[in-house]
Amino acid sequence: MTDTPITRVAKATPEPVARRIRGLSDRAIAWIFVAPTLFLLLAVNIFPLIWTIRLSFTDFRVNRPNRDAEWVGLENYQRILSDSDIWNTMQATAHFLVWTIVLQVLIGFTLAYLINKKFKGNDLWTTIIVLPMMLSPAVVGNFWTFLYQPQIGLFNYAVGFLTGVDPASFSMIGDVHLAPWSIVIADTWMWTPFVMLICLAGLRSIPDSIYEAAECDRASKWRQFWTITVPMVLPFLMLAVLFRGIENFKMFDLVVQLTGGGPGSVTEVTSINLKREAFEKWRTGYSSAYAVILFVTVFGLASIYVKALNKVKQR
Amino acid sequence: MKTKLTLAVAAAALATGAGSAQAENLTLCWAAWDPANALVELSKDFEAQSGHTMSFEFVPWTSFADRMLNELNSGGRLCDLMIGDSQWIGGGAENGHYVKLNDFFDANNISMDDFIPATVTGYAEWPKNTPNYWALPAFGDVVGWTYRRDWFERPALQAEFQETYGRPLDVPATLEELKDIAQFFQGRDIDGTTVYGAAIYTERGSEGITMGVTNALYNYGFQYGSPENPYELDGYVNSPGAVAGLEYYKELYDTATPPGSSNWYMGENIDAYRSGQVAMQMNFAFIWPGVHADPNVGGERSGYFPNPAGPEGQFAQLGGQGISVVAYSEKQDAALEYIQWFAQPEVQAKWWELGGYSALRSVLEDPGFADSQPYAQTFLDSMAIVKDFWAEPSYAELLLAMQARVHDYVIAGNGTAQEALDGLTEDWTEIFEYEGKL
Repeated sequence: MTDTPITRVAKATPEPVARRIRGLSDRAIAWIFVAPTLFLLLAVNIFPLIWTIRLSFTDFRVNRPNRDAEWVGLENYQRILSDSDIWNTMQATAHFLVWTIVLQVLIGFTLAYLINKKFKGNDLWTTIIVLPMMLSPAVVGNFWTFLYQPQIGLFNYAVGFLTGVDPASFSMIGDVHLAPWSIVIADTWMWTPFVMLICLAGLRSIPDSIYEAAECDRASKWRQFWTITVPMVLPFLMLAVLFRGIENFKMFDLVVQLTGGGPGSVTEVTSINLKREAFEKWRTGYSSAYAVILFVTVFGLASIYVKALNKVKQR
Repeated sequence: MKTKLTLAVAAAALATGAGSAQAENLTLCWAAWDPANALVELSKDFEAQSGHTMSFEFVPWTSFADRMLNELNSGGRLCDLMIGDSQWIGGGAENGHYVKLNDFFDANNISMDDFIPATVTGYAEWPKNTPNYWALPAFGDVVGWTYRRDWFERPALQAEFQETYGRPLDVPATLEELKDIAQFFQGRDIDGTTVYGAAIYTERGSEGITMGVTNALYNYGFQYGSPENPYELDGYVNSPGAVAGLEYYKELYDTATPPGSSNWYMGENIDAYRSGQVAMQMNFAFIWPGVHADPNVGGERSGYFPNPAGPEGQFAQLGGQGISVVAYSEKQDAALEYIQWFAQPEVQAKWWELGGYSALRSVLEDPGFADSQPYAQTFLDSMAIVKDFWAEPSYAELLLAMQARVHDYVIAGNGTAQEALDGLTEDWTEIFEYEGKL
């Protein structure tokens, strides 16, 4: 009969310690190791979530310690779901989410496809392309604020140079129609390399033998691309979309730095709006309900998406 | 060797009084800006005299309210002394964040009559216009204007302006004149550089555009409420005069500000002015010492003037802050000592010398004050015409509603001024209804 790992450890342990350990079952030892993590998880994630849900049914305000919180039932949820301003912020978030994902996937995949070709200096190019994602979003926001400056900004100058328009005649972050795009451009610049890296991992995981077999079958490059490359990279691409989707739903610092939610409220995405409700207006109960709605939305969409992703992986 | 060192440290501590039972390390919380640096310098005298040591927690203006109100709301003990914004007084008093100072003032012969009345009302009183004090006026501030005197004095520009507007190019007496001058400079070539009229407050995220637009609104007839009932807003907030004031501010933004200045506040305005982009800048008076000392635009090249009059009077947005003792501090006695020290006339005089704006009358009414700095007279004139935003406990909600409504009209160009102010009236009414004040 072979010794179990626990028995081996017990035998190797000096006598006084071993006596203490021998009195414990495997399960008890497992609990001892898992308990701190479990406790932290409960304290940091689960308890705040339950507390937030509880607060969402009250009119509690954290800046009014002298005032008792009253139970208001579903009133907060009702107010949020019927508030046109909040629907506008949802719309702004959706616009931002859809366009950043579309552009980042298209450009990221294209870059990965090009970088994957063997050519001199492709490692250097990979490093250069990846640089933006190493910066902090707040720094990127500040950086792009300067690039978008009508008088001195390189972006406006480039647009002026290419189109003949006076660079000082338009303001990317001050114009109601252009401001949402100014955020999409900056975010795409920053996070396309992330998508590219994931796609690159996918492309490099495809064995050469598959392409060689396709060559033997005289499949065209176009057909190889659609029947081998795309299906095999698709799970990676979907993973990238999942990461970027969740991240961009929470987008905050870049937008704050670039537009502060303006002009007007045209770029006020949900995270900024939620922060204003919770930590500027101090409507704690109301903003808890808001946070719960956002949590359920993201969790629900992500769950559906992960199921789809698993199906794709199993194909 | 170790013993000798320990004895030496102990002796030094005794000599400085640091080893005494009362010696505390006080933390003073404020915004990170030039006056805060002056206060650090000033506080060295307090350390030397009292034996207490001072630590400072300074946060940039854009996150100052977030950071410090979080601290107060959570009952944090980081700050023993807080130089909080004037709008926080209502919340600070009603929510128990600040220590009431009346008894302390009485016991130490500190009289609020010794301070400029506007600063007492603005920074210290809650409820307003009652003798209940929660702070000592610490830093008097107000929105005013800085202008490029060297550009204004150019003969060619003077002649052209005279010909166009039929009056000399000089400090504007009215907001309409200010707009003319700003439009005159807009897009003009000066020494090979395209310059613009005026840098004004347009910031969306915190309080910027509100602190700017009120300088036009007040002077055109906007009032926060009825004189009989402060919470009766309809017809005051959205009066025809207020609408005209808001339209004025939008026109100024559309026709006389640098392109891309859609989210500018104190810092951006300073940058635009100091880099020679604009002929005038709206900004709080605290920047004037910095402008005066600037190698590019300082000295005789710049001048200062109070916010010009409108059809309904001459007012300017009050800035500045009072200093309060935080109720959660465990070192309240030492913190009160600091306030007692800070209130002394000689300390206040030095405060002004170092670049801090004292609100003590003996400093401001000194015969030599007006000539003590090139901007001193403008500061006095401006402090005489101040008006402040709501200081209600719900001021943040009131402020954010105004930020959104005004930015949406002035910068984004949505709707009309009447719609913006009608909407603001509704927002504010709803907030006061929730508060039980209506």
